[in-house]
Amino acid sequence: MNAPLLSVKDLRTVFDTRAGRVYAVDGVNVEVRRGECLGVVGESGSGKSVTFSSVMGLVRSPGRIDGGEITFDGRDLRSLSPQAMRAVRGRDIAMTMQDSLTALNPALTVGEQIGEVLEAHDETLPRARGARQRAIRDRSVEMLLLVGIPSAESRLRQYPHEFSGGMRQRIMIAIALACRPKLLIADEPTTALDVTIQAQVLELITDIRAKLGMSVVLITHDLGVVAEHCDRVMVMYAGQVVEEGPTRDVIGNPAHPYTKGLLGSIPRLSLRGQPIRPIEGQVPDLINLPPQCRFYSRCTVRKEVCKSLISMREAAPGHQARCVRVGKDSQ
Amino acid sequence: MTDAPLLQVTGLTKHYSGRRSLGQRLSGVPQTVVRAVNDVTLSVRRGEILGLIGESGCGKSTLGRAILRLHEPTAGKVVFDGTDVTALGADDLKKMRRRMQIIFQDPYASLNPRRTVAEIVGLPLKLHGLAASDEEVRAKTAAMIEKVGLKANQLDRYPHQFSGGQRQRIGIARALISNPEFIVCDEPVSALDVSIQAQIIELLQELKTEFGLTYLFISHDISVIGYLSDRVAVMYLGEIVEMGPVDSVLSRPRHPYTQSLMSAVPEIDTVGRKSRVRLKGDLPSPLNPPSGCKFHTRCPLAIDACRSKAPLTETVGDGHVAACHRLAENLSLLESTEA
Amino acid sequence: MTLAADMPARADSIFRQNLRNFGHNRLAVGSAAVVVLFVLMAIFAPLVAPHDPNETDLFRRLQPPGWADGGEWGYLLGCDALGRDIFSRIIYGTRISIFIGAAVILVATTIGILAGLASGYLRGWVDIVISRLVDILLGFPYLIFAIGLMAMMGPGLVNIILALAYKEWVIPCRVVRGETLVTRELEYVEAARALGASRGHIMMREILPNILSPVIVVATIRMAHVIILEASLSFLGLGVQPPTASWGSMVADGRAFILEAWWVSTFPGLAILLLVLAINVASQGLRDAFDPRFHE
Ligand SMILES: Nc1ncnc2c1ncn2[C@@H]1O[C@H](COP(=O)(O)OP(=O)(O)OP(=O)(O)O)[C@@H](O)[C@H]1O
Ligand SMILES: Nc1ncnc2c1ncn2[C@@H]1O[C@H](COP(=O)(O)OP(=O)(O)OP(=O)(O)O)[C@@H](O)[C@H]1O
Ligand code: SF4
Ligand SMILES: [Mg+2]
Ligand SMILES: [Mg+2]
Repeated sequence: MNAPLLSVKDLRTVFDTRAGRVYAVDGVNVEVRRGECLGVVGESGSGKSVTFSSVMGLVRSPGRIDGGEITFDGRDLRSLSPQAMRAVRGRDIAMTMQDSLTALNPALTVGEQIGEVLEAHDETLPRARGARQRAIRDRSVEMLLLVGIPSAESRLRQYPHEFSGGMRQRIMIAIALACRPKLLIADEPTTALDVTIQAQVLELITDIRAKLGMSVVLITHDLGVVAEHCDRVMVMYAGQVVEEGPTRDVIGNPAHPYTKGLLGSIPRLSLRGQPIRPIEGQVPDLINLPPQCRFYSRCTVRKEVCKSLISMREAAPGHQARCVRVGKDSQ
Repeated sequence: MTDAPLLQVTGLTKHYSGRRSLGQRLSGVPQTVVRAVNDVTLSVRRGEILGLIGESGCGKSTLGRAILRLHEPTAGKVVFDGTDVTALGADDLKKMRRRMQIIFQDPYASLNPRRTVAEIVGLPLKLHGLAASDEEVRAKTAAMIEKVGLKANQLDRYPHQFSGGQRQRIGIARALISNPEFIVCDEPVSALDVSIQAQIIELLQELKTEFGLTYLFISHDISVIGYLSDRVAVMYLGEIVEMGPVDSVLSRPRHPYTQSLMSAVPEIDTVGRKSRVRLKGDLPSPLNPPSGCKFHTRCPLAIDACRSKAPLTETVGDGHVAACHRLAENLSLLESTEA
Repeated sequence: MTLAADMPARADSIFRQNLRNFGHNRLAVGSAAVVVLFVLMAIFAPLVAPHDPNETDLFRRLQPPGWADGGEWGYLLGCDALGRDIFSRIIYGTRISIFIGAAVILVATTIGILAGLASGYLRGWVDIVISRLVDILLGFPYLIFAIGLMAMMGPGLVNIILALAYKEWVIPCRVVRGETLVTRELEYVEAARALGASRGHIMMREILPNILSPVIVVATIRMAHVIILEASLSFLGLGVQPPTASWGSMVADGRAFILEAWWVSTFPGLAILLLVLAINVASQGLRDAFDPRFHE
């Protein structure tokens, strides 16, 4: 079984706004292999969330998918009916949303919210009502214990506001995992959390991945998190993938000037006293992008040829970057 | 310049008391008190950056604001350059404000949406009579705005026409235009993207050298603090649990909380997982803080004494202090998990 | 983190955006046009009115409207018991209604803003005193006290305005206090304090401009209310004194002949209804446009 679990080819997602058409995701390719953890990094607004909302079929107006193929486990997701897609969501692919504090329904208890997902997707549940209720409760308790929430029995009856931020994030993960999906997409699961709580949540995801053998996509803008938890990493910039490869290669030997700049601009304890080198300038407006390297305006090593469309080039086996300076013919 | 620190904070305490309605008062509902900052003592030398680190809600912002008397301290003393700030009357406090400034975390909330950049940045000059004419205000504002990396032709724009990083630059310009000596930086880069964050850190460093500034730099990002500060103070639930030179505190942390904080930081340089001290549970509520050592509910090293008695602050190295009952045993959580 | 790294430079202000929203609401725009029409009528009354409103002509006593039997097109809406042209009196009456409505709202809003800002920003005993006063006034029946005050002070334009404003300020005050309580906690207000700004500066220059939208909306809504109250006072004979034309007193004058000459009361009554309705609909539109909760 070498086929990737998820394969996205040339995905385009656009938003039609009053100011013009926003090319939020512009020709993105993604591959998630079985059992791996893929890290997705990039600046705010680079299209990380929109890419994976598109995979989930969750892009809402004024946005729409403008082209591309999405294949999951051998199935073409874009050709599925809304009903079939709903069945895939939650059962096969689960996504925890960026804003966990608002993603939980404040009016339902945590138990009701986990139960809802099980009720909708789990075909192994017994049919008889009493047995079914009991099975749902047992599974819910099991999920809360799995994400490290003690006294789960009584916690099931509580409402989201009775939990702290870190616990709510863990409950989101419990709901996402309730049907043992093959792929978990975690959109910035720790951005709002403190380091000590962040460490708890990330370890939890990594442990569960090993235990259930699922694949994980971890969206974040913290390269430290990627370094510690991901097998491969994909760097996004202004709606495109600019670099992709094994974590060790990309972080140890970045090929794209943006990735280099990003790594150079992070303050590190180990580099105390050395100056940080920020990337000057700002992310370009995603409306009316000229057909050239998107990083052109901020790049320190740009050349005249960068003012044309740039494709991905191989920097090393399995490690690609979208820059003319990468690969054999660049120098 | 003498040896006396520029800023000396002694026993600073800030409690927020909850409001009760008349009915609640009559029916004897007890007053709720948030013990945001408790008995904090610290000093900052001229030209130094003191980093202040801790989890969300531990009282970092409250401490910064109490020092500036933006929130009236409940108890304690703040002496700035020989003047007792806590005892100043309104007029003298206003004069002092010119010398002590603050930069805020949220680049969106900290600028008045109905004021132009020129009005926002020029305000301190007018308030303190630092410019003779409107033309001089305009000229000085333009100069300052260029110093922080914006263009003078952007002076008449409104805040919503700028990005987060640019807004933070406007906030910095406003804080610096009255030529202050001391600045509380309350998480000035936390809301920004990594690449923009680095631009602002670099700017703050340059301005510090150019104007000879002293910073109290608040952050929850240890990497930023470690990179920028000379000394660091670690805060937990309203108290400083460890403080000292950065090198010493971050490479040889002595308090179990600092140790677990250090081990929780994801580091780029260690690809793959590093050994961790896992803290149980969440930050307790400052409404009802634990007895004894406030860290005992999450501390892997807690013993009976920790539950009943608050530890005293002890010196553990050159200018390095910590407050923990088990300092003498020289335990390290970091080593114990590696073994 | 939801920080748009690249904010497209939006040239238009929030205020203009609100106005555009308002423009999308056709009913509200139509109503606003009606209000403007009334205002123009008030200003240019001598040019618009076909006759002198106070010119009595006993031969035209209770003359019916122009289209009815015995009517005359020159006296479009007929004449009253003293033979005065009703149409002209309505036009002049617009002056009283709009002037008193605007004056009362102006006085009340000014007091309300000052009291609300002080109450919400200064807190402490100022807040306690103002809030208690507000509570007490809210307990007063509006019209009955206005009647009492008018009886005490005697007639007169200034007295009418005072009698109506004595309680009206409570409403903007409560709005301003609530908004101030929220706004005073924002960081830009704290920044101004950190810079050494005085309380006056903070209240008037930092907070006020940011809370003005809801105050304006409330003021327009309340203006319709005040116009009705003024008409009620005039109806009871406590308002503007004869012979000055006022819609309320015109309705009252016609009461005695309601069966034989319905037009004397009906047309001024319709004028009240139309103006109040137009102001209400327009202000609802304003509220929807200015309240971000109604935006997509
Ligand atoms: N509803 C929408 N209408 C218009 N544009 C949108 C909408 N949603 C997203 N976009 C645009 O799509 C782009 C990509 O957004 P996305 O949320 O994927 O960014 P992200 O990489 O997840 O950023 P963050 O780190 O802030 O979560 C942004 O530039 C944004 O302007
Ligand atoms: N005005 C206030 N009234 C009541 N309680 C307050 C007030 N401001 C802060 N607090 C409380 O005081 C405690 C400390 O808050 P503070 O804002 O100082 O924390 P912080 O360390 O700055 O956190 P963060 O990292 O989230 O900014 C919190 O529990 C907070 O809820
Ligand atoms: S005093 Fe006790 S509980 Fe507190 S940090 Fe030290 S060992 Fe842990
Ligand atoms: Mg996102
Ligand atoms: Mg804070």
